[in-house]
Amino acid sequence: MIHILKIVTQRFALGLLTLFAISLIITFGVELLPGDLAEAILGQGATPETVKVFRTELGLDKPAHLRYLSWLYGMATGDMGVSLANKREISELIGIRLSNTIFLGGFAAAISIPLALFLGILAALYRNTLYDRVVNTFTLTSISFPEFFVAYILILFFAIKLGWFPGISNVSTNLSLGDKLYRSMLPAATLTLVVVAHMMRMTRAAIINLLASPYIEMVRLKGISPMKIILRHALPNALAPIVNVVAINLAYLVVGVVIVEVVFVYPGLGQLMVDSVSKRDIPVVQACSMIFASVYILLNLSADIISIVTNPRLLHPR
Amino acid sequence: MSAKFGILVVLIYSIVAIFAPFIAPYGEREILGRSFELWSDKYPLGTDNLGRDMLSRMIFGARNTIGLALSITILAFLLGSLTGMIAAALGGWVDQILSRIVDVLMSIPSLIFALLILSIFGTSVPYLIATITVIDATRVFRLARATAMNVVVMDYVEVARVRGEKLDWVIRKEILPNITAPLLAEFGLRFCFVFLFISALSFLGLGLQPPSADWGSMVRDNASLITFEDITPLLPAGAIALLTVAVNFIVDWLLHKSSGLKDVS
Repeated sequence: MIHILKIVTQRFALGLLTLFAISLIITFGVELLPGDLAEAILGQGATPETVKVFRTELGLDKPAHLRYLSWLYGMATGDMGVSLANKREISELIGIRLSNTIFLGGFAAAISIPLALFLGILAALYRNTLYDRVVNTFTLTSISFPEFFVAYILILFFAIKLGWFPGISNVSTNLSLGDKLYRSMLPAATLTLVVVAHMMRMTRAAIINLLASPYIEMVRLKGISPMKIILRHALPNALAPIVNVVAINLAYLVVGVVIVEVVFVYPGLGQLMVDSVSKRDIPVVQACSMIFASVYILLNLSADIISIVTNPRLLHPR
Repeated sequence: MSAKFGILVVLIYSIVAIFAPFIAPYGEREILGRSFELWSDKYPLGTDNLGRDMLSRMIFGARNTIGLALSITILAFLLGSLTGMIAAALGGWVDQILSRIVDVLMSIPSLIFALLILSIFGTSVPYLIATITVIDATRVFRLARATAMNVVVMDYVEVARVRGEKLDWVIRKEILPNITAPLLAEFGLRFCFVFLFISALSFLGLGLQPPSADWGSMVRDNASLITFEDITPLLPAGAIALLTVAVNFIVDWLLHKSSGLKDVS
């Protein structure tokens, strides 16, 4: 137990260190600009006076390490500064959008994880049959599709031809849960299609790997049905790699959300970030990148820790 | 079977891309008629949001998008495999520093990293190329370092070192020939990744800037047509999908052939 605690603490410390390194990259990336941020944004035509005023406003007159510390403190306490484009508080801009993005990601995860497990187990059960081959080809294809292609195909069929779901997901806070789910159906379906393929393939591979091991052979010789072999004997042992893949795909969802939000005009964090990039609203982009990167790292970290904690060899060392 | 299909598709795409000016009926940036004209004999796929011929832009888009993706992949392979082999051959602190830098870069989601860099430097082609090259080179570095590590410990590399060969010789004549096969297989996958990545950025309006034709931005510019059940904006997206599927098929087949990899049944 002590042993496993030590590994987990180590991983956790490594994760924190990575977050620190990323916060450095995000803040000091701006320093790479020729001149500084104020000059870059105001452009060639700016008078020295305006540049100076702007510089004070951005806090660029203070030394870099102080700026970094105050930025980090602000990120931690929720005071992220003001947007350059409209002078609004960044935390105010981000607040609702972040919860919208988490809602969409959660919705997509709630559909895709059970679906992927179910399809993966079926594919392992009926491996090398027509079903398996069809599913395999389908997943290989859907992995290679750009997200926006999938999104527009869904819009074309379900929003325009059939008119079942709205093609634009203008979710707002005063909607009931049912309405929110209805409006975010198509973006969630797009994300599902994109991540299910990978999760399903890994589930299938994890189970099939186990099926070759001697203890499964023994169970098979006892005459137990294939379905029961997989559910009772193979699945529990395949759980660790599967959970790992699920966590990695959740991390992928966090990023995949950016493009899907833009297609469906979903009011989430990803759309805010893309808008801010084209306006070069750097404080907002920095705050968004930090949030996305943190979630991504935390999910990957938990994948790591789960696979350590569920590993019987580490749980019961000899 | 699927590999042959893949090769055929790649071949057609390359021909279209190379001979774009001869195949396209109109110029890339020529404004010909009204915007959003329907499919006709004059404009086989109609016109786009500014009244330019869709078909011609599709053809030039092949050239721009594939050309950009290919050159970025090649640059990333040069950078990534060179640093990867150096890290493996030298070991010690050089390896440590390079590996830790790559670890940190890889732990940032690539799209977020690209958006951050492009917002700082603005969206211009040189920065676009540099950013994606660095992102992609980290993945190549990992593979090159891992495979080169297996080669570095071989006796013949030690013999070469004892013989007094320089680092440059060890990398070029001892390591590189032995890791070419896995690197080549990876090249196809990396190309797909870069290709999809550029398309995604262009779709977000942050990739190749107008008036250059590019499949990602063509989808974005003409997306409003979908509301009228017009599938024209799906064509460039489909072109992207078809090429990635084709390359994936080829890579799949290559991997199966070279490793004898089979699912245990």
